[in-house]
Amino acid sequence: MNAAATVRAMQTAIPATTPGAQETSEPLRFKIRGLNFFYGPKQALYGIDLDVPANRVTALIGPSGCGKSTFLRNLNRMQETIRHTRLEGEILLDGQNILELDVVKLRKRVGMVFQRPNPFPKSIYDNVAYGLRINGYKGSLSELVEKSLRRSALWDEVKDKLSHSAYALSGGQQQRLCIARALAVDPEVLLLDEPCSALDPVTTAKIEELMFQLKDSCTMVIVTHNMQQAARASDFTAFLLDGKLIERTVTSKLFTTPTDPRTEAYITGRFG
Amino acid sequence: MSFRTAWRKSVNIVMLSLTGACALVTVSVLIFILGYLAWNGASAVNWDFFTKLPKPVGDTGGGMANAIVGSAKLLLIASLIGMPIGIMAAVYLAEFGGKTFSFIVRYTTDLLNGVPSIVIGIFAYAVVVIPMKHFSTLAGGFALGIMMIPIAVRSTEEFLRAVPRNLREGAMALGASKWKTIATVIVPAALQGILTGLLLDVARVAGETAPLLFTAFSNRFWSPGWNQPIASLPVMIFTYAISPYDDWHRQAWAAGLVLLGLVLVINIVSRFVMARRAAFLRG
Repeated sequence: MNAAATVRAMQTAIPATTPGAQETSEPLRFKIRGLNFFYGPKQALYGIDLDVPANRVTALIGPSGCGKSTFLRNLNRMQETIRHTRLEGEILLDGQNILELDVVKLRKRVGMVFQRPNPFPKSIYDNVAYGLRINGYKGSLSELVEKSLRRSALWDEVKDKLSHSAYALSGGQQQRLCIARALAVDPEVLLLDEPCSALDPVTTAKIEELMFQLKDSCTMVIVTHNMQQAARASDFTAFLLDGKLIERTVTSKLFTTPTDPRTEAYITGRFG
Repeated sequence: MSFRTAWRKSVNIVMLSLTGACALVTVSVLIFILGYLAWNGASAVNWDFFTKLPKPVGDTGGGMANAIVGSAKLLLIASLIGMPIGIMAAVYLAEFGGKTFSFIVRYTTDLLNGVPSIVIGIFAYAVVVIPMKHFSTLAGGFALGIMMIPIAVRSTEEFLRAVPRNLREGAMALGASKWKTIATVIVPAALQGILTGLLLDVARVAGETAPLLFTAFSNRFWSPGWNQPIASLPVMIFTYAISPYDDWHRQAWAAGLVLLGLVLVINIVSRFVMARRAAFLRG
């Protein structure tokens, strides 16, 4: 971990906002309008409108069960793999409704990193190459595997043991491997579902540093329980409560001058 | 010490000894069988036993080479029939099945598992032997293959279900279709378990005699191809054991020893494969 990352990890209230990140300056990657979501008869999300600017990190915060993971998992249509669920409203990716896209192509464009590292029971190399192989990639696998591992800042630690099992890596390394695996298919968007909740603070700082570097090429949406993490690592923050979007604005603004009293109550630790 | 305490202590000791004794019986049964087979059969297990055909009635010596090869051929056919059906059905149950149909399939599978092996033999006789008009390796393999299905289904399904959901999601999030996820992540993740289950399944039917009596029948000579009656170790044990000749009795014991050895080897190999794979995953 370099010094800059350490410093960023230490700062708690000052967000590492990309200079000049403002409400309207970026093109929108995702535009979500009137999103309702149901588990059987139970409604989990209520009329959510949210913009996700390109090449920025958008954080979703809120207490447990507020629907932030459900929301995130709708962006790559992961929720539709759960039976008896229903979606209403529009999710536009670069202006296209994702429900009209081929789900395989959508998931290639919108990668996902899960709460618990979930490497496949294969070698490190095969984990990274997996997405390329199933998508019938014809070029040099090794080149892209190396590139992806470099992008996820794992290359130096694993370059001599690419054929070893992914399970031999530590939790933080496994999570970065999962990021490399997602990056290998070169997604436009990376969805991160509490990617650091199973990791220690030092490893967490590494992942956050990595997110910072990935911004050049990738739009990220991160669900986090940890408000310091949202403050450190995101440009925009959305606060969800009971399946409703309460407030969404530039991260520094949300954490310093929230407009909704419920947001203020949550970020000051009065509930959640 | 009060009477109650003494009573409780003695009940405790009695029950502990009882369960321990029963556990000991379990172990000793196998050791006893193995020892008894070795005692009676080891003298007949020699190079000839593995390489020679049975001698004509009345002559001593000879071996069971044809029955050893025969058992292997029958198990090969059985595996070719039982394993694909079992695995595919298990994948269906674990990954695709709806509630009602899956319930019916599972329930029927359990019932099939309980069907006496002789009945399976009659079934194979009716659907294979009668149309073909003669006993054959195919008919015997078919009967054993049917017997393999229930265990193949249930053990494979169990191991598939044990694969954590987040692995499925990881694959699907990379754009893998459901089938691709199953074929490239879920089955490989469960593979060691699946293979072990299948090997144990093979070991289980390797000793089946009843379904072979009127499907594969037996043969005192080599059985080239797949269309003729064929000898197998269990049926040889049966015929030799009920014969009046001492030499045949000895050979029956030897065949029993070889069969048991085979089953033990399959067991040990599958466990070894499993341990190797587990070691790879640990890194």
